[in-house]
Amino acid sequence: MKPQSQIYQRALFDSFRKLDPRWMARNPVMFVVEIGSVLTTLLFIQALFGAGQENPAFIGAIALWLWFTVLFANFSEALAEGRGKAQADSLRAARQDTQAKKLAAPTRDAKISLTPSSDLRQGDVYLVEAGDVLPADGEVIAGVASVNESAVTGESAPVIREAGGDRSAVTGGTLILSDWLVVRVTANPGEGFLERMIAMVEGAKRQKTPNEIALNILLAAFTIIFLIVCITLLPFSIYAVNANGAGTPVTITVLVALLVCLIPTTIGGLLPAIGIAGMDRLIRRNVIALSGRAVEAAGDVDVLLLDKTGTITLGNRQAVEFIAVGNVQERELAQAAQLSSLADETPEGRSIVVLAKEKYNLRGRDGGAEGMTFIEFTAQTRMSGVDFNGTAIRKGAPDTMIQYIASSGNNVPTELNAAVERIAKNGGTPLVVAQDGKGLGVIHLKDIVKGGIKDRFAHLRKMGIKTVMITGDNPLTAAAIAAEAGVDDFLAQATPEAKLTLIRGYQTGGRLVAMTGDGTNDAPALAQADVAVAMNTGTQPAREAANMIDLDSNPTKLIEIVEIGKQLLMTRGALTTFSISNDVAKYFAIIPAAFATTYPALQALNILGLATPASAILSAVIFNALVIIALIPLALRGVPYRAVGAAQLLRDNLLIYGVGGLIAPFIGIKIIDMLLVALRLA
Amino acid sequence: MTFIGILQIVLFVVVLVALAKPLGAYMARVYQGEKTFLDVALKPVEKFLYRLFGTRETDEMDWKTYAVAVLLFSAAGVVFLYALQRVQGFLPLNPQAFGAVSPDSSFNTAASFVTNTNWQGYAGETTMSYLTQMLGMTVQNFVSAATGMAILIAFIRGLTRHNSKLLGNFWVDLTRSTLYILLPLAILVSLVNISQGAMQNLTAYQTANLLQPTTDANGAVVTTQTIAVGPAASQVAIKHLGTNGGGFFNANAAHPFESPTPLTDFVLILAESVIAAALCYTFGKMVGDTRQGWAILAAMIILLTTFMFVAYAAEANGNPAFAQFGIDQTASDVNPGGNMEGKEVRFGIARSALFATATTATSTGAVNSMHDSYMPLGGFVPLFMMQLGEVVLGGVGSGLYGMLVFVIIAVFIAGLMVGRTPEYLGKKIEPFEIKMAALLILIMPLTVLGMTAFAVVHPDGLKSIFNPGAHGFSEVLYAFTSQGNNNGSAFGGLGANTFFYNILGGIAMLISRFWLAVPTLALAGSLVKKKKVPESAGTLPTYSPLFIGWLIAVVLIVGALNFLPALALGPVVEQLMMK
Repeated sequence: MKPQSQIYQRALFDSFRKLDPRWMARNPVMFVVEIGSVLTTLLFIQALFGAGQENPAFIGAIALWLWFTVLFANFSEALAEGRGKAQADSLRAARQDTQAKKLAAPTRDAKISLTPSSDLRQGDVYLVEAGDVLPADGEVIAGVASVNESAVTGESAPVIREAGGDRSAVTGGTLILSDWLVVRVTANPGEGFLERMIAMVEGAKRQKTPNEIALNILLAAFTIIFLIVCITLLPFSIYAVNANGAGTPVTITVLVALLVCLIPTTIGGLLPAIGIAGMDRLIRRNVIALSGRAVEAAGDVDVLLLDKTGTITLGNRQAVEFIAVGNVQERELAQAAQLSSLADETPEGRSIVVLAKEKYNLRGRDGGAEGMTFIEFTAQTRMSGVDFNGTAIRKGAPDTMIQYIASSGNNVPTELNAAVERIAKNGGTPLVVAQDGKGLGVIHLKDIVKGGIKDRFAHLRKMGIKTVMITGDNPLTAAAIAAEAGVDDFLAQATPEAKLTLIRGYQTGGRLVAMTGDGTNDAPALAQADVAVAMNTGTQPAREAANMIDLDSNPTKLIEIVEIGKQLLMTRGALTTFSISNDVAKYFAIIPAAFATTYPALQALNILGLATPASAILSAVIFNALVIIALIPLALRGVPYRAVGAAQLLRDNLLIYGVGGLIAPFIGIKIIDMLLVALRLA
Repeated sequence: MTFIGILQIVLFVVVLVALAKPLGAYMARVYQGEKTFLDVALKPVEKFLYRLFGTRETDEMDWKTYAVAVLLFSAAGVVFLYALQRVQGFLPLNPQAFGAVSPDSSFNTAASFVTNTNWQGYAGETTMSYLTQMLGMTVQNFVSAATGMAILIAFIRGLTRHNSKLLGNFWVDLTRSTLYILLPLAILVSLVNISQGAMQNLTAYQTANLLQPTTDANGAVVTTQTIAVGPAASQVAIKHLGTNGGGFFNANAAHPFESPTPLTDFVLILAESVIAAALCYTFGKMVGDTRQGWAILAAMIILLTTFMFVAYAAEANGNPAFAQFGIDQTASDVNPGGNMEGKEVRFGIARSALFATATTATSTGAVNSMHDSYMPLGGFVPLFMMQLGEVVLGGVGSGLYGMLVFVIIAVFIAGLMVGRTPEYLGKKIEPFEIKMAALLILIMPLTVLGMTAFAVVHPDGLKSIFNPGAHGFSEVLYAFTSQGNNNGSAFGGLGANTFFYNILGGIAMLISRFWLAVPTLALAGSLVKKKKVPESAGTLPTYSPLFIGWLIAVVLIVGALNFLPALALGPVVEQLMMK
């Protein structure tokens, strides 16, 4: 990323470049201001030659500040684009034209022909080896390799890419660190992930989103109304002068000044910046939105489908309790459980060792202990354990273990059955431990719900968003975890078809659904969901079906994405309210000033006590320009979002931006007027 | 302001709100095709009418067909009313033998009555035959009101139905509005009026001998007076109920034959407000959440009451310029106090202010006092009520659909502020809706300001201004505001029955009615296609006091911002210059 000063420098340069009327015409509000600036500049030149309606210094000052208004608005947009551009530059650096080792057939030992990467087409197959940069996006069809994807994700820890499964997608521009891959190309040159990402962050392909279009229409309507208001003021004023026999008609300069002050320049000027900044906030959280619509839709989401594993619970089950049965001591059970798990490298196994250590300070004899024979889990025996000194410890799923105990000629204690049942009912997984065919007790393995997730769901509920947990578990287990995590609903034993049906069901009911996914079997559901976030580690079909990609592959991020979407809309709404309520004060500043010569009685409306008509109008114009600059940080940062209900949000924002917007210009215009007087500029 | 004056305004508001629920519930039943207590008498008539015109009740229309039906029906109304005025001299029921009305005046009047405006460039008792009054004016009073109500009901269906295209059948909605709602109420109000002494006959004008001879402008002695009579009471009832406002007599509701007593005055004010208020309840009932209807009614009532008191206070305070002459303007048992110029003694200041505000807040435009003679600030109130777009109660039907457009804009901005694509009653507000809503708020100021600007610099426009200065400007602004909002009340003081004002005003009335009706139906056509988003905690509540306040702010800001500069050059500066 470039240093901050360089971003500012480029933005400054761009704000002038954007004065091009062809560019300005895209934003009707600011285009009107630009026309006003040109008009007043011409009037200024006319006045310099002594033919003006007003003092040239006054016209010149108005013209200057109108230009500033346009430039400030352009600056905000350029600044918002700056960060994206900087990132696009670094992405572009990653995308170099390389020589690809094109394979004649999809096998490692096929004939290699060196081809420029720009000539690779969809369906071609190439080979990459350690040290190569991947020439194009593709899907691994053979081999395993570690890949440095920092060019795309910014994360320098290498990732494994291999054929089949959910880790088969590779991205052009990333670097092979070890081993080799045979890759089938999935994107033609210029259509690759990196290119799309560059286009998105640069804003080149940024299309206006529906809400933005609607707001633009409303702002254009306001602009037209105020245009009529100001145009008709000229005949009104001519009539007043004739009828009253005093003063001169209102001048074009004053009408232009009034027009610019009345049309919603604050929101009109900052609107593009708000949209770009919203996208940028996503990028900074390492999420690439493949369409602007998706970002906006994220704010509207009613239902979040969340995968249990990794989002709601920590990835794996953990042992939380030892339940000894009969006259077995709990410590005894813990020790047996620990011994049986010493060689168990699964997270569950490790958690048993840890729990025993934490609870009873047991230190499992090191792996190298004499005479220990570890029995691995096999599909036939369906239990694992350890043999030493003639003792056999086994652990496994209840049904297998009960059979094992019974076949050893021992009674199965009723307590054991009760414990197993209780654990299962609470959503846990029971593991039965036996020593020499005698049941010792049960280990309670439990899904660990992530800390703070329950609060988060409660917040979401306040925001009106329903959370649905998706899991492959049986309904009993799923219900228990759902209750513990505080989700509103769950889908147990979820199949891809069930997910798809669920999404369609919600959508038919008029709801917007967001989900995350990474596997190929998620692709149909991702394509159906309104907001679909694919993990960057996911498969190519999943990434294709999604409209956002999370480079960190963190499923919890969906919640942040929703917040960013909401923030985007809120910022637009808040600044629109601010902009419109500003007009009240501007009327009080300009109307008495504009007709001061015809109707001195209107001075009664000059409640601010502004010094002279000229200073009043100039102060309003200056305030109008400066407020854009003052609000750039807010436009870029976004209105802070808090997870409260709609009613409270509206109340707070109306208070800040509505009432604030009513009061702020009264103060601002008065201060500017006092400064103008103090500096003898008016 | 006096206690009894304040009490009259409060009493009016209380009675109005009390009537909203029963009448609103009844209208909801009518429009939803449910049984009503009038079915016994009216169902056969309704069925007969459908058979006569070959209407099938179940044949529903999409928005375009509905709009075409509205336009064709109204066009037929304009042609018929224009022709009737032009040929009335050859037709019966014309005891005063009035000849043809001039072409430009006929056009203006036809446009005026079909658009529910009832701007009158003519004086009824010296221009129109009884047949024209009954067959032309009164019929349009019924059907133009019913058209507005039908459009509203189509709009409401756009909000309540989903994934559909159909908005109902215009002919059925028109028939039901007239037959089940307007007709029974009109009979009721007519009877009350007649019982109080309102005129209802078909005889020729009467001549009365003056008790004390007087002289005319030429110095000739005058011993008799011609007293105009006619079928007034029947027309007066519907002119108020249908928010039409076109008087049978030129003096409108100030005329003792139209409104003889304070009681009839009260009944007429109530009549012009009650359907518009009750339709808010009907709306709530039809969308399945009466809170939504009450919220809109609350916003309207708050605005209405506030401005009634502004007008009352302005008039009760009297003229500051009189202080130097030592004129006592304080109210007492023998002195009404304040500004009584142009007001009927039998109504007084409070009742006049109440009437003036109600008649302009609703798009009635009937008058019981001379608005031109109000204090500048008092005259500002009726002007401003119209400039808000006739949405504070407004015209029957048209007021509520106009207000719903403001609701959509309020919901749009507020909805963004809570971070969701704005939705109203489960319908998402998207670019097309905003496009139509923007068009709807754009047309009115465009027409009113544009035409006023044209008139105050055009020689033909200036010729009719008898009070130059800020007051003359107010008069022109008022004339186009009134016609451009389908209100029809006249400030007075402007010679408006000229070719220039008749044609310009006629166009303003047609634009205001139909340029608004068509986008409104298009909006309904777009809403009806959408699916319904279920409500959640993230949904902006559109019935909370906060939202009501926000809606009022949007109505005021959009209204005030457009007209503030013009108002500053009219009533505002006039009031300021009086000091």
